[in-house]
Amino acid sequence: MVSPMETLAPEERGAAAAAPQPETLRLQPTRGFSRVLAPRELWRYRDLAGQIALRDITVRYRQTALGGAWAVLQPIGFMVVFSLIFGNVAGISSNGLPYPLFSLSALVPWTFFATALMLGSDSLVSNSALVSKIYFPRIFMPAGVIVAGFVDLAISLVILMVIVLAWGYVPSIAILTLPLLVTIAAAAALGTTAALSAINVRYRDVRYIVPFAIQMWLFISPVVYPSSQISEPWRTLSAINPMVGVVEGFRWATLGTGNAPWDLIGISALAAVAILLAGLAYFDRTERAFADFV
Amino acid sequence: MSNVAIETHELGKSYTLGVKGAGYGTLREAIVKAAKRPFKRERRAKKSGDLLWALKDLSLTINSGEVVGLIGHNGAGKSTLLKILSRITEPSTGYADVTGRVGSLLEVGTGFHPELTGRENIFLNGAILGMRRAEIRTRFDEIVEFAEMERFLDTPVKRYSSGMSVRLAFAVAAHLEPEILLVDEVLAVGDASFQRKSLGKMNEVAKEGRTVVFVSHNLAIIQALCTRGILLERGEVQADAPIVGAIDSYLRTLESAASDDLLERTDRDSRAYDETLVRRLEIRDASGGHPNVVVAGRPATIAVDVTEHLPSMECQLTVVNSLGQPVCTFDSEMTAPVDVRDSEPGTRLECHVESLPLLPGRYRIDVIVKAKRHIQDGLQAAALFDVEPGTVGERPVAAEAEGDVVLPHSWRLPA
Repeated sequence: MVSPMETLAPEERGAAAAAPQPETLRLQPTRGFSRVLAPRELWRYRDLAGQIALRDITVRYRQTALGGAWAVLQPIGFMVVFSLIFGNVAGISSNGLPYPLFSLSALVPWTFFATALMLGSDSLVSNSALVSKIYFPRIFMPAGVIVAGFVDLAISLVILMVIVLAWGYVPSIAILTLPLLVTIAAAAALGTTAALSAINVRYRDVRYIVPFAIQMWLFISPVVYPSSQISEPWRTLSAINPMVGVVEGFRWATLGTGNAPWDLIGISALAAVAILLAGLAYFDRTERAFADFV
Repeated sequence: MSNVAIETHELGKSYTLGVKGAGYGTLREAIVKAAKRPFKRERRAKKSGDLLWALKDLSLTINSGEVVGLIGHNGAGKSTLLKILSRITEPSTGYADVTGRVGSLLEVGTGFHPELTGRENIFLNGAILGMRRAEIRTRFDEIVEFAEMERFLDTPVKRYSSGMSVRLAFAVAAHLEPEILLVDEVLAVGDASFQRKSLGKMNEVAKEGRTVVFVSHNLAIIQALCTRGILLERGEVQADAPIVGAIDSYLRTLESAASDDLLERTDRDSRAYDETLVRRLEIRDASGGHPNVVVAGRPATIAVDVTEHLPSMECQLTVVNSLGQPVCTFDSEMTAPVDVRDSEPGTRLECHVESLPLLPGRYRIDVIVKAKRHIQDGLQAAALFDVEPGTVGERPVAAEAEGDVVLPHSWRLPA
């Protein structure tokens, strides 16, 4: 579908080819999918995308005493609590791995995903002054949150590796799959937050749904339990939740043990792509009215 | 070369009624509605009766290099037009062709993040306004110098005074170099000397041959900057003429609007809660005589009648001269011992002025009525009044004097 924004009147097209004359944008009612999925438009505003991501990174821990340490403290805190409750008290299987390592290797990608959902779904509303006053591809708002999350993820990954090595585990070559796994998590996060942030513009109910949904999502993902506990058709099926493949993949990749869960990763990757496309499509359809509602 | 910079063709923008004020429909309603009519597209809004047309069939051509002032009442569609041209919102009908890079200054300082330092905000704000990073870097020193804040560059903006952040924001915006600049009411900021500086900068921009579309309620600024004026009313072009002519037509519409029943006015303050409405506003000389004619230097009473009684109503009246520049404000929220609040409910608010030291001429009164900590109603030009020559402190007022006010004073002169 051709973006109407980019359509040049025929006479102008000739002129534009002759000299570097400013191009003419036609602003008119648009239909269908034309905005988010217009790469030229995104490219034109690339500097703004960078600045927004940079802002999100800089601002995240400003005026906090512990700063970037929060990126690590959160998963570590959960690791301690989960190890005590699920590891010791409830005695949940961890496939023979030390429970702290078992849960931390899952909590690192999970925290990335949950934070992205939390902050991303509110990103358009909390930037409503910008959205209602300035034009830019709106997708930069949720996307900026996710890019900023990469910094936290990198910090907590380093700490995870230190702890893994200190425990005497050595990651195998499988660690090279981490970029793929992170991409799956980011795609799922972007698709979900794109849709949620767009709904949030009209229905602030999203603010109440998201914290609740994140907790639910934690328990349907194999963070505190191994997916091997689930009986077979369901284990494979559960991977349509993209975080199943990501979490199990992270365990395998960082701890260097167990079999490669390629079946889960594959299904999760497909699911993430589907979520991404659906989320972006919904965002695209609603984007044109954001400024009228936010 | 006079190329076309902006061309609109039957441009229209409609909003669904009921969106204002109430704002959010709930998710539950939407789900119920979707469940009831799963296969039907939402057609309700298509019926024109439910739609409010902020802009209607607007066809305009603005050549590059023109400096155009958009004038009109609140709700006439000025800001909607700027929003469409700056791509913030889409038109509902028609189209606009825009040739060249557009920079918009719809509100100074949007996009400033309080936690970021001045330096970081310059880059962020520049990018938001459409500048490339390299461009900002080359103009950085110029921006900082214009804003006069070298010392505070590494201080978070939240520690700035509001004057400082406005200065910085304007400095960034003023150094934007788009072919088309859209400006909405931004010069009413900062202290007087900075305002003069900003105005000078705007003048410079206009003289450089860039296209500027300017919205302001300050007709003096519009008149000083623009060459062409477009008067919008209810989303339609009412007049399109050289700026002086357009301002004249605007002042005439103000006059006719003020003589109408105020309840029929639709150009009310968009922030208002509308629980009570201004029905009538009138200024009377203490000696009686015609309403809305007062004699300079004599006591006068401004009476505001509203439709409903609300507890603890407050009122703010602004006297504005014929060029749209505010002369003085009477604000009941700034209480003084002489104020009286009746124990009985009522619908009349009165402001008494001991001496109205205005120069002869025509003025208007803008009114805002507040209650329950919200603006309940607001109207510009709720009344127009004429000041007749008189005396201030026993001194005759010269009709041709400069300025808007005359103050009681005394001289000591040599023989």
